[in-house]
Amino acid sequence: MYTEWNLAVKFLRDARGQTAMISVAITVGVAVIIYIVALITGLQANMINRTLGTQAHIKVYAPKEINLPAPLENGELRLMLEDPRAQRLRSINNWQNLRDLFDADAELLAVSPLASGPAFAQRGTAHMSVALIGIDPVRYQRVIPIANDIIAGEFRIGAGNAVVGSRLADELGLHVSDKLRIDAGGSDSGREAVLSVTGIFELGVRELDERYIYLDLPQAQALLGLPGGITTIDLLVPDVFSAERIAARLHHLTGLKVESWMQTNSQLMSALKAQRLSTSMISFFVAISVAFGIASVLSISIVQRTREIGILRAMGATRRQMLTVFLLQGALLGLAGAIAGSACSYALAWAFNTFGPGLFQIVIWPGLLISASAIATLTGLIAAAIPARRAARLDPVAAIRYA
Amino acid sequence: MPEEVLHLARVHKSYNIGQPAQTEVLHGIDLHLARGDFAALIGPSGSGKSTLLNLIGLLDTPSAGEIHLLGRPTQTMNDTERTMHRACAIGFVFQFHHLINSFSVMENILMPLMLTRGKPKLQDTQLAYTLLAEVGLADHATRRPDELSGGQQQRVAVVRALITRPALLLADEPTGNLDTTSADSVFQLLRRFHQEFGCAVLLVTHDPRLSSACDRTIKIIDGHIVSDTSHIASGDNSH
Ligand SMILES: Nc1ncnc2c1ncn2[C@@H]1O[C@H](COP(=O)(O)OP(=O)(O)OP(=O)(O)O)[C@@H](O)[C@H]1O
Ligand SMILES: [Mg+2]
Repeated sequence: MYTEWNLAVKFLRDARGQTAMISVAITVGVAVIIYIVALITGLQANMINRTLGTQAHIKVYAPKEINLPAPLENGELRLMLEDPRAQRLRSINNWQNLRDLFDADAELLAVSPLASGPAFAQRGTAHMSVALIGIDPVRYQRVIPIANDIIAGEFRIGAGNAVVGSRLADELGLHVSDKLRIDAGGSDSGREAVLSVTGIFELGVRELDERYIYLDLPQAQALLGLPGGITTIDLLVPDVFSAERIAARLHHLTGLKVESWMQTNSQLMSALKAQRLSTSMISFFVAISVAFGIASVLSISIVQRTREIGILRAMGATRRQMLTVFLLQGALLGLAGAIAGSACSYALAWAFNTFGPGLFQIVIWPGLLISASAIATLTGLIAAAIPARRAARLDPVAAIRYA
Repeated sequence: MPEEVLHLARVHKSYNIGQPAQTEVLHGIDLHLARGDFAALIGPSGSGKSTLLNLIGLLDTPSAGEIHLLGRPTQTMNDTERTMHRACAIGFVFQFHHLINSFSVMENILMPLMLTRGKPKLQDTQLAYTLLAEVGLADHATRRPDELSGGQQQRVAVVRALITRPALLLADEPTGNLDTTSADSVFQLLRRFHQEFGCAVLLVTHDPRLSSACDRTIKIIDGHIVSDTSHIASGDNSH
């Protein structure tokens, strides 16, 4: 291998112009691939983080209420016109046991039962349709750290208190310590209350800032007509991408309706997937064009080195040795381009982080560099295969006469 | 009794086999070379000298007939075996010096060893230096071949051909494009190393002065050996 290595290095070094040009091409290719992968990864992580900043990873609901027709006798046929049932607000059965079960589950980081349902908020003559969220503040904050998003007052809920969204506060002209009337079932049902605003939050999601009112769990239960009941359990998992799998497992475990954030945001997920697919395609095509560049440069180099190959063969170089020499050149070009490309991608990422929109940071992790370098080297090796075979098969007699 | 290095029996060579342009270039060549031989191969242009040399050097395969090199039949060998056999039994010198300009003079000389054994050993380098000094180029060891004159390059090529101590040295018009003085010095080198290393030499040349200075002259015309004469030349050969 010593001799093959020497030949490969010297051949590359002596074809300085060609080597330099193809190295630049490989460098650009590798840099583009690393940069675009890091960019898309950063962008996607940012989008997912922002989405999950206001959402639980997994939500558990009571199962849908369905009609249960009496079973058929043997051989009996029935024609049935079925009206799906309206889904009333209802509690998850046995939720305390479920909460304890989830608390003990190693794959769940946080468990937050909550009672939520629709209501009207009223101040003066203004009415707004809102969503009441009755929570256990300590547990809830482990899932969604809402205290970070308070823009006025504080995140304090207890009997008679409420924390409302900024847009709602705006619409109703609410300030901290103002009063707010909540009506969750018509004036004759007794499910109404006057609450005092202790805090105003802004999550940056219009829907939430306009509709959410956080209450103490017992108060929400009373208002929504669910004494002692809860409608939802919010869960947090360590690895967001395992949410789907854990959701499926919890569904099998409990028989309840379990929805992961991936299902809730299926549109986002397919957008991300399409993005990743186009990234892979771009990388693939860049790699292909780099490969053809390497192959063409080596093909030319073999024509230029026909005489040398002939002499080497006459001096006892085997076909395998000639094959190795040119394969090595391909791999070396790929590796050199990979190293330079990695450095360039760092510069690009630095430029983006320094001068870019600043929405998120591009992070280039070592694994990405290693795999990009491995792929570039492998691409060089594969691209060299066809020219190298030609070098190995070159007829030494013809090659020598070529002088 | 001199030991046999090369034995050719009824060797034919055709080009473009199976095509309309098929031509037989060598028509049943029989030839022996012994260890002490210093033979000239002469003949008009196109008579098949280079073709024969390439067959002997295992760079090409005959269409028919047998070639035994150092007692081993070569027609059943595959490409790798022929390459290995060539690497240890044969040294080549071509008309155009054919050095590799990417490597220094020293590296060029060691190349045949490096190809078969990898990194050169100290005694290999020492031998290369000794030989380079004998051809008067000791202080050119680290130069690039294209910085040397044609005659100097050809002397380097001779040293390179001998570094593996081959049993047979094949030289195809080694002095073909050199002036008389350089040609003479290269020829003297061949004679000297022939004696020093005890290898057989087969030398293609168009120069009657050189062929008459060899111990044996083989003449080939249109693919037939027409004469094979031994004559102890003026030279310093004591065999
Ligand atoms: N690859 C080939 N294909 C077809 N014909 C060839 C090939 N190589 C050589 N020949 C023919 O074989 C004949 C002998 O060629 P060769 O090179 O052996 O001659 P030579 O004796 O070495 O001549 P010179 O003294 O000019 O070097 C020539 O007629 C040549 O045209
Ligand atoms: Mg010739």
